[in-house]
Order: sequence, then structure tokens, then C-alpha cells
Amino acid sequence: MPTTASPPTAAAGASRRSGTLYIGDPGMWSWVAHRITGVLTFFFLFVHVLDTALVRVSPAAYNAVIETYKTPLVALLEVGLVGAVLYHALNGIRVMLVDFWSKGPKYQRPMLWSLLGVWLVVMVPGAFFMLQRAATELFGGH
Amino acid sequence: MTETLTLDKPRSPRRPAARRSNFELYSWLFMRLSGLALVVLVLGHLFIMNIVDGGVHRIDFAFVAGRWSSPFWQFWDLLMLWLAQLHGGNGLRTIIDDYARKDTTRFWLKIMLYASMVVILVLGTLVIFTFDPTIA
Ligand code: HEM
Ligand code: HEM
Repeated sequence: MPTTASPPTAAAGASRRSGTLYIGDPGMWSWVAHRITGVLTFFFLFVHVLDTALVRVSPAAYNAVIETYKTPLVALLEVGLVGAVLYHALNGIRVMLVDFWSKGPKYQRPMLWSLLGVWLVVMVPGAFFMLQRAATELFGGH
Repeated sequence: MTETLTLDKPRSPRRPAARRSNFELYSWLFMRLSGLALVVLVLGHLFIMNIVDGGVHRIDFAFVAGRWSSPFWQFWDLLMLWLAQLHGGNGLRTIIDDYARKDTTRFWLKIMLYASMVVILVLGTLVIFTFDPTIA
């Protein structure tokens, strides 16, 4: 059964020098990470819609659950989630460029390094703002 | 010719048009178009919720009530709910096809997936439309 997102397999590249077109290439790992981050976000969304639905139960019930979002440990998980979604979004744009831009396949690898660069540049200040409060609660401010 | 797309003559000017449906093509296109919209919707949502104005520490019932008093954010959340759920669900369908080895496993995993998608879409939509800021 053909699926839309499988990486090309070695079979088609039998005549190529290395024997494979894609396996072992950083492009393969970028696809693995895209898959994992997509699944992770999907599962988060499931829980997230359930917790948001508590606004229909009572303000107290909703506020009680949202309080857990503000604890240091969960704040760390949120940074992880934001990092995962950001990677998935940036790599998704790269996938689209590879598919639709005539030079996309040629530049797939430099585009991967660039997206990792953008990811770092966004995540460093992002993590700082997201963890500021948790850090003062844990290590100072008493 | 069966439903499977064979690539024996990928560069021949014309391939036999015997595929019974274009569903996989539309699904492929949908992943890209919805992805493009989700860049703005989800990254915007994450920025507003986690970075702006104290981030997650300012979120409570009153905050949500304030946001959903505006049709703009109601519509934003509704669109994000549907696109993210269909995009992610369609992605999971592909993943199940890739890894499930037995037809029965595949069948039951997909039933679970589709059931969870219906629950989340209905519940999320209802919550947005029936939200009551004066609830006790
Ligand atoms: C830690 C990160 C997140 C926080 C703190 C957060 C917070 C919130 C809050 C407070 C609401 C209530 C409605 C509003 O004020 O607009 C909401 C709704 C929503 N969020 Fe998030 N969110 C996060 C991540 C995400 C992600 C990653 C997604 C998408 C995959 C997402 C999708 C949604 C959707 C679809 C709704 C509407 C729910 C409904 O229809 O009942 N959120 N979020
Ligand atoms: C933020 C913007 C997003 C962009 C630009 C984006 C882009 C994409 C693209 C282009 C694909 C197809 C990959 C391929 O065919 O090889 C894809 C797959 C996928 N996406 Fe997204 N996406 C986004 C958000 C989301 C969200 C919010 C979820 C979860 C609810 C999600 C879950 C998935 C899953 C599970 C797959 C399937 C992965 C696979 O088959 O390997 N994505 N995404």
C-alpha cells in the first residue's frame, strides 16, 4: 500500500553508487523527527481539548487544572512541546519547498541546517521567557 | 491495473489513468495547505499563550472568557481545532498504514483514531459555541 509520507526506499536506487538514495542521509533523520513531533503534538492536542472543555464544567475546575501548567516541571514540558511544534512547523515548510520549489531538492540539506539554526535562535530566548518565573521560584526570590 | 501506483515508467508521457480515486492526492495536498495555515494559527497561539504578557501564568477562566468574547479569537480557535485535528489525524492514518502489519490491527487502530477525532472535533466545537462566561 503506498503511503504519502514514507521515505524513498533503497529499491529504486539500486544503480546508484552507494546503493541508496536517502537512507542514512540527514534527510532521513529529519523525517523521523518530523513524524515523532507530529504524533506528540497530536496526543497533546487530545489532552488539551479535554482540559479546555473544563470551562464548561466550572471556573474552579478549569483553574485547578491550569494551575498545574504553571508548575516548574510542567513548564519544562511546555518548552519541550513548543520546541517540538516549532521543529515540525519549520521542517514542514522545508518539505513543501522540496516538493514545490524547483531548486528545493537540491537545497534540502542546507535548508535543514538553516531550519535548525532558526530553531535555536527562537528557542533560546523562548525558553528563557517560559522558564523565568519557574527559575525564580526554585532558586531565588525568597 | 489495480489501485496501487506502480512507477515502472515514471517518465513516460502518459500513465494509464486507472486509479479509482484521487483521495491520496487530495490528502497529500491537504497536508501541505493545512500545514501552511497552521504555521500562523498554532505558532501564533503558542506565542500568545506562552510568551506574551506573563505567558501561562496569566491563564485562568477569566482570561478565556475575555478571549472568547471576541468572534475573532473564537474563529481562530475553531479553525485551528479543525485544521490541526484533520491534519494530525490524517498524518496518523498514514503512520498506521506504515506500521500495522495485520489487517485487523490496522482496522482497529483506525477505528480508534477516527473515534477520537470525532470526539475531539465535536467537543471542541461545542465548547467554543456554548461557552458561558457567567457559569456558576
Ligand atoms: C503549552 C502550550 C499551550 C497553552 C498554554 C495553550 C493554552 C490554551 C488556552 C488558554 C485555550 C483556551 C482558549 C483561548 O484562550 O483561546 C486554548 C485553546 C485551544 N488550543 Fe491551546 N495552548 C497550548 C498549546 C496548543 C497547541 C500546541 C495546539 C495545537 C496543536 C493548541 C490548540 C488549541 C485549540 C484547538 C484550542 C481550542 C479548544 C476548543 O475548541 O475547546 N494549543 N489553548
Ligand atoms: C505548525 C504548522 C505545521 C506544518 C507546517 C506542518 C506540515 C506538515 C507536512 C508538510 C506534513 C507532510 C509530511 C510528508 O508528507 O512527508 C506533515 C505531516 C504530519 N503532521 Fe504536520 N504540520 C504542522 C502542524 C501539525 C500539528 C499541529 C500536528 C498535530 C496535531 C501535526 C501532525 C502531523 C502528523 C502526525 C504528520 C504525519 C507525519 C508522517 O507521516 O511522517 N502537524 N505536517
